[in-house]
Amino acid sequence: MNQPPFAAREAAWHDALHAAQVLAIDPAALGGARLRARPGPARDAWLAALRTALAPARPWMRLPAHIDDDSLLGGLDLSATLQTARSVSCRGLLARCDEGVLVVPMAERLDAPLGARLCAALDRQWIDGRCGRDGDHARFGVVALDESIPGGDGDDVAPAGLCERLALHIDLDDGVAPGESAVAADAVVAARARWRQLPCSDEALRALGQAADHLGIASVRAVLHALRVARAVAALAGHDRVAHDDLATAGRWVLAARATRLPPSAAQPERQPDARPNASPPSDRDLRDDDPPTDDAGPGDPTTLAEHIVQASCTALSAGLLSRLQGSAGTGHAKREGRHGASRAGTLRGRPVGSRRGDPRGGARLHLIDTLRAAAPWQTVRARERPEAPLRVQLRREDFRVHKRRQRRETTTLFVVDASGSSALHRLSEAKAAVELLLADCYVRRDRVALLAFRGTEAELLLPPTRSLARARRSLAALPGGGGTPLAAAFDAARRVVDDVLRRGGTPLSVWLSDGRANIARDGTPGRTQAHTDALRHARAWRDNDVAALWIDTSPKPQADAQAIATAMGARYLPLPLADGARMLRAVRACAPAR
Amino acid sequence: MSTPYPFSAIVGQQEMKQAILIAAIDPGIGGVLVMGDRGTGKSTAVRGLAALLPPMDVVAGCRYGCDPAGDHSRCRDCGAQGSLRSARKLRAPVPVVDLPLGASEDRVVGALDIERALTQGVKAFEPGLLARAHRGFLYIDEVNLLEDHLVDLLIDVAASGENIVEREGLSVRHPARFVLVGSGNPEEGDLRPQLLDRFGLSVEVKTPTDLGERIEVVKRRDAFERDAQAFVARWRKEDQRIRRRIVQARAALHDVSADDRALDRCARLCIAVGTDGLRGELTLLRAARALAAWDGAASVGDAQLRSVATSALRHRLRRNPLDDAGSTVRVERAVAEVFDA
Repeated sequence: MNQPPFAAREAAWHDALHAAQVLAIDPAALGGARLRARPGPARDAWLAALRTALAPARPWMRLPAHIDDDSLLGGLDLSATLQTARSVSCRGLLARCDEGVLVVPMAERLDAPLGARLCAALDRQWIDGRCGRDGDHARFGVVALDESIPGGDGDDVAPAGLCERLALHIDLDDGVAPGESAVAADAVVAARARWRQLPCSDEALRALGQAADHLGIASVRAVLHALRVARAVAALAGHDRVAHDDLATAGRWVLAARATRLPPSAAQPERQPDARPNASPPSDRDLRDDDPPTDDAGPGDPTTLAEHIVQASCTALSAGLLSRLQGSAGTGHAKREGRHGASRAGTLRGRPVGSRRGDPRGGARLHLIDTLRAAAPWQTVRARERPEAPLRVQLRREDFRVHKRRQRRETTTLFVVDASGSSALHRLSEAKAAVELLLADCYVRRDRVALLAFRGTEAELLLPPTRSLARARRSLAALPGGGGTPLAAAFDAARRVVDDVLRRGGTPLSVWLSDGRANIARDGTPGRTQAHTDALRHARAWRDNDVAALWIDTSPKPQADAQAIATAMGARYLPLPLADGARMLRAVRACAPAR
Repeated sequence: MSTPYPFSAIVGQQEMKQAILIAAIDPGIGGVLVMGDRGTGKSTAVRGLAALLPPMDVVAGCRYGCDPAGDHSRCRDCGAQGSLRSARKLRAPVPVVDLPLGASEDRVVGALDIERALTQGVKAFEPGLLARAHRGFLYIDEVNLLEDHLVDLLIDVAASGENIVEREGLSVRHPARFVLVGSGNPEEGDLRPQLLDRFGLSVEVKTPTDLGERIEVVKRRDAFERDAQAFVARWRKEDQRIRRRIVQARAALHDVSADDRALDRCARLCIAVGTDGLRGELTLLRAARALAAWDGAASVGDAQLRSVATSALRHRLRRNPLDDAGSTVRVERAVAEVFDA
């Protein structure tokens, strides 16, 4: 990876530092920040700067990954209740975080229920009372530390609902060199008092809306966030109204990361993907000098102003995002949306479903609440029986309850589709039909479907394991055909998907639609002999991972190559020269493991 | 706690607002499903509507929020007291209860009151979220990610208006009449068809694509955030107008008649789109009746049927996965055929 020059990295750091101070003005109103950064000095320095700017007296909490509802939202303090024999309730973490910042480490691993609770609290800024407690204010901002690898094909993505509610999306990856990190705490305090009332002209608002439109951002919330951020930036800089540069800054921090397409003007090839923040941000120079608002960016025309914002946003697009957007220009939806359903399914593995009577030794986990619940009604009787007992709560063996877990084996059917020139294109449409039919079947049974296509020199996971009919249809519609047959690469890619499914406790099933005539070797060079050898080698390796496979030979005449590969990988071989979607579906169903 | 955003200030989203209004007029409609993009004001609409409804009379000290005027559907304590017209009353706002994702069944239906069990050794029932939502709204975000058995249970209670708990030696039944509003993003997975069918109305929401409308949304929200009190005051009149209309519509609901012609239309429409079972017809008629009451009409007319047909039927169609035309289009086509013939 070639790093940007030091000056640009330093500028990026100042930009991030500037964002921290803006966030410190009112974390609750801005929702917070999603900080894409790996653990390291840059991230620590950024968090420290935010904390200093926020005023050290304000709450600063970290969210433990496995916090339970009582600790998060407030509820019965079980240990204190047992000790005092009086009901003792405690305030939850969120209520204690009021007026402060909640740091969510490893946000990409955050599970959906916890994410949903954070979202609800962010929306309402209020926690309903539980267990006899009154409700509490919970005005806090969230800093979601996102350590996922951009463009990685893992399923780990921070909950989309949570990210949507966080105004700032800041990237602190390799391109950032932490430098001097002094914050203007006084300016933050001054801005806090007046940012909300700063006037913002109608055309500025219009320009923000247009910019969001150009970048393909559907959510109105993003525009609202951008407006709030622009106000806060202006207040911090000492402006008496929202200036054009403030809007551009807001665009960079709020709109850029949410973009789902490139604006028409920026989609030209001359824009280099490595155009990371080289347009030097206004950064903290604006904070110190009391610059008058720079209003020279045109005669208040919202169209040009919108372009100004879009341009500023584009400079902040990371290389990976930019290339992805160029690939999918104009589809209106980025692929990343909606991975959530998939990652949620991971929690199905051994999900606790209630409790049963049992011995907590031997691996089973004690279900404390249910144990106490089982013992509770007998306490008066037992106390009468054994008044000398030292313990206030008398537990007996028959009270013990342990967690009952349900490990649902859900089947994920992976379609590996040959989209090369040799597989006639109409095959592709049959495969599409089969996938859709199977998916319609799956969503009744709550199983999942994935789609991998290979053509040219590589294999691409078009549809990560999903249940969403809407997503499947969209990605299928966009599946192109033509090019070489890189079978070996397809095996590698399929292996990754299957491993992922196994790791999550699912049962994978692979369906291969190809004529088996490989002509691209593993290293990407053309040549039929080497390609076939490579494919056979990978096929034999496939047999070892013990994943059920079905090979559907799609060529008009059954091919010896395909049969050889299918035999090597231990797949059922099925020549289907006239396959239609429905027949394919029946074949796949027959192959599916018994449940 | 924070002030809710005024219902009348919500820009656009006519279909969603209409569906929630209908459910508020006739809670027996069986819940509203709102599927669509994020940031379209789904929860805002529910909270806003609940806030503008007239506060309700509640029997003082009743844990289930029983209605002193209602002789039916009371909890056991209130039922034992005979007439409650002389009982002490409290005024309480219409509740909106959030059902968080991953909530345990205990929390939802209620469970043994562990606090009292531990401290007093008494076997008592601690009401759950269903009891709290009685006579109000139960809002479930991301209903498509909720455990199936919980959704089943919720729809069951919403339809019957009663929560029956039989567990841990407890045997409790209490009234739980609420408007179930479920929302979700179809990108994250669909609801099982069996569940879909049990929601009364279904609405698809989209973010406004019109720039002017989007700007207006942002502008109003911004004004609300900067000075909530002033903003609410500005919309109070409009909110009160809606409140009056709801109160009138509720009172008029039972007097709205539906003639054979309307029934015939309902049946034709359901046959045209091919819904399974009779739930489609029943909901369609019921929703049209609520809308007629809202409109101040004496009987159900074509206008009302047309207006609610899509919401009442779109989720009841057999889905053909290869047909890209959405269910909405199919219902609209059928409406045009039946009414314009």
